[in-house]
Amino acid sequence: MTTIKQNTLALNGDEAVALAVKQSDVDVVAAYPITPQTIIVEKFSEYIADGEVETEFVCTESEHSALSACLTASATGARTFTASASAGLALMHEILYVTSGCRAPIVMAIANRALSAPINIHCDHSDSMAERDSGWIQIYVENSQEAYDSIIQAFRIAEHPDVLLPVMVCLDAFFLSHTLENVKTLPNEAVQEFIGDRQIPLVLGHEGEKVPFKLDPKNPITIGPLALYDYYFEHKRQQEEAMREALRIIRQVHNEFAETSGRKYGNGLIETYHLEDAEIATVCVGSTAGTIKTVVDQLREQGVKAGILRLRTLRPLPFSDIKKALEGVKALAVMDRSNSFGGHGGPVFHEIRHVLYGTHSTPFVVNYIFGLGGRDMPQNAILGIYRDLQAILKTERVVEDVRFAGVRE
Amino acid sequence: MGQKASGWKEIPIAGVCWRPSTEYQTGDWRTFRPIHDSNKCTKCLLCPMVCPDGAIKWNAETENIEFAYAFCKGCGICANECPVDAIQMVREGEEV
Repeated sequence: MTTIKQNTLALNGDEAVALAVKQSDVDVVAAYPITPQTIIVEKFSEYIADGEVETEFVCTESEHSALSACLTASATGARTFTASASAGLALMHEILYVTSGCRAPIVMAIANRALSAPINIHCDHSDSMAERDSGWIQIYVENSQEAYDSIIQAFRIAEHPDVLLPVMVCLDAFFLSHTLENVKTLPNEAVQEFIGDRQIPLVLGHEGEKVPFKLDPKNPITIGPLALYDYYFEHKRQQEEAMREALRIIRQVHNEFAETSGRKYGNGLIETYHLEDAEIATVCVGSTAGTIKTVVDQLREQGVKAGILRLRTLRPLPFSDIKKALEGVKALAVMDRSNSFGGHGGPVFHEIRHVLYGTHSTPFVVNYIFGLGGRDMPQNAILGIYRDLQAILKTERVVEDVRFAGVRE
Repeated sequence: MGQKASGWKEIPIAGVCWRPSTEYQTGDWRTFRPIHDSNKCTKCLLCPMVCPDGAIKWNAETENIEFAYAFCKGCGICANECPVDAIQMVREGEEV
């Protein structure tokens, strides 16, 4: 266990992210403000104004430009960070794919916010779920402490030569982004020692020689220009391989960070709570998991075998970890804080039922779409879901597999 | 490209160019072929300058211009710009 002295600060999620970025010795930040991410770059620009960091900060005219600036900075070998949410992330959509295709290890914090219309600034996961196939690694955090820890880990994961993929660290709008929490913080030196300098691997250059994988006039290379039906497919296959490698690297970095900080989040990919002998369980991403754990505690006191699986890493999907963790569960509720309109359930539901297909004893699985536009998900509503699961077990029948929790009829 | 195409494990990541662009012979794309009439040509050397592909060069020995047909895409800018109509665009496969 760690012997490093840590400083406990009262920080909201955005401030925790900003502090982690400051300590991660980032070369370039390019960003455009959008609620509820604004505090991150606002705080970071204070660090710059106060001379606490030597980062180059680029103010851009849009999120599309912000991510484009980050991409080109990252291509020169710079450690790069940005942050966005909702419509801002949607405007980045095109460049998200360019970034992962160019294998630029950018770290981006997303303060998960609903998409318009109607305009809504509050929490749901519609923004980042819409980008889950963009080739970015996605980590969803439960609290501000984890936001801080995950940003630090994200640079190591993204920049690992076996990965070289951009990483989104997603934190729930307002519930985390704007809510003060006690956050244990590491000393600057400990963070910098943990992350180290960005490693630049070698690639074949245009003369077939080995050159550093970065834009450098001394060793000119061209990154990501054109590949048609002859080579495009091979590049996409490489990205899939990097995602598979990322499963291993995320766990490895998470474990190393645990040695430094003393903090763990399951195995870095999934976190289970009272799941080992659970008959009824939920699967959830984000801050709602915290509330669910409280409800699970109450149910356990009543002798109910309830548990929860929190999916920390959605991309890459920890397929076999989820499968193994859910063995023995008899009725399962998958919680989705976003919807796939007309898709018969939300995105997390699709993924979890996909994992469960072909297992020996597939549990009853239902989906709850909840909390859209920041609607609260109180303990009694979660308790209601576990009661529904108990009823399913009793009747051995699922009447409706996609349900909406907390919407008025 | 005349060579066996490489697999995903062999090629560099991120579409980094690992072979010179001269191996990619864009002349394959051509529909119309520029034909030069050296009797009409005044050697003004406007055509090498307007060629977007650098596919026209001056040969000092023969004192004539030459087309690199491996790279000429047949856009016809040279024929359009030639002040004395010394370049004619002819459909590939057809005789002059």
